[in-house]
Amino acid sequence: MSDFHFSLVTPERVLFEGRAQMVTMRSGEGDIAFLAGHAPFLGTVEVCVCKILLPDDRVEMAAVHGGFVRAAGDNLTVLAGVAELASEIDVNRAERALEAAERRLAQFDDASELAAIARARVRLDASQVKRA
Amino acid sequence: MAGGQERILRRRIKSVQSTKKITRAMELIASSRIVRAMGRISSARPYYEQLSEVVRDLAAGSSLPKSRYLGQGDESKVLGLVVMVADRGLCGGYNSTALRMAERLIRSREAQGLKTRVVVVGRKGEAYFRYREIPVEGSLMHISDRPSYQDARKIAEMILAPFEAGEISAVDVISTRFLSAGTQKLEKSRLAPIDPDIFASDTKTSYDFEYEPSPEVIIDPLLKQFVESKIFALLLEASASELAAKQRAMAAATENAEELIKSLSRVMNRARQDAITTEIMEIVGGAEALGSSSDWESESQLVEFKNNSPKAS
Repeated sequence: MSDFHFSLVTPERVLFEGRAQMVTMRSGEGDIAFLAGHAPFLGTVEVCVCKILLPDDRVEMAAVHGGFVRAAGDNLTVLAGVAELASEIDVNRAERALEAAERRLAQFDDASELAAIARARVRLDASQVKRA
Repeated sequence: MAGGQERILRRRIKSVQSTKKITRAMELIASSRIVRAMGRISSARPYYEQLSEVVRDLAAGSSLPKSRYLGQGDESKVLGLVVMVADRGLCGGYNSTALRMAERLIRSREAQGLKTRVVVVGRKGEAYFRYREIPVEGSLMHISDRPSYQDARKIAEMILAPFEAGEISAVDVISTRFLSAGTQKLEKSRLAPIDPDIFASDTKTSYDFEYEPSPEVIIDPLLKQFVESKIFALLLEASASELAAKQRAMAAATENAEELIKSLSRVMNRARQDAITTEIMEIVGGAEALGSSSDWESESQLVEFKNNSPKAS
């Protein structure tokens, strides 16, 4: 299977850069998978788990908290305001954050709490698939 | 008395010496931190560049869709102003030049009857404007050491919300740009709206993009993100500039302390020598006065007197 160049960039640093066979994520209009030779594409990325299939068939997971994706030629770039690789996620902290946000949500319905829950869920998903 | 002066000088030299130790330490700390701050600037660059690339694609594909964030900006209405300074002093003119520039701008707009809404970053700025009774819309403090992207978002939120609501027509920022380790430059730059010309591409290899969602929907969040990342870049540069200014100020302070110690020691040595000379003169004068007196007939009597006198004991 042919591969392409993928980079996951955050404002603080370049999180991932290298070859990949396939990258999946959730765009503004639904799940999307990128293979080599994808048509030029520009779109938004939701808060989601980004799955990177490396050339040696290993899988790298990352939690992406919204951003943009650009596919052009041999390059695929995800620009995310906040993102972390599965290996960097503090599972305990995410679990605590999820619990705390759910508790607060029970008291008052708030968009920011829903966003916090979504963030914590994505972090947990990304790190759990990695462990499985 | 001369001995008293010597003691005072000795004490002063000691205090200058300990101040010198502190300024030297601060200089070393600042210079070690600059390296890290510069590293952060360069690791933030790819994001900013890639994001510009995306906007450029958008501009190349068709004409740029209409957006509140695009345009030349109209300064004759209400202007939003972000001022970036440090939380702490001891960095030479770093804070004061930026704050003076901001104050001049605000005052001159005031004289023309124009309103300015100020957002300030850094404790020094907050205190400065409060003292001068210039109203501050929002402030963000305790971040100049290590600004994060979240901080940039907070600033963007404060200043872009009224911009999006149409309450302010343009947003400027006054900050110190970090051009290199040797040169930093205080600059006023435009945050929003963005001049569409900077996205004009001259590359021929523009792709025919599929958009999801449509360019009209994607443009606003994209440009907002672009402004955020610009704020972040400026924050990082301001932080590095602060350290560079601090390093220079502290190096100068250390040098001054050295010079002060040198001249103080010179004065102290002279005072000590003076005291010794005076003492010898007193003894010699006393002895001579005694020797010439006819009441004393032999040296043994003189020695006897000296042993009995309270001063000799």
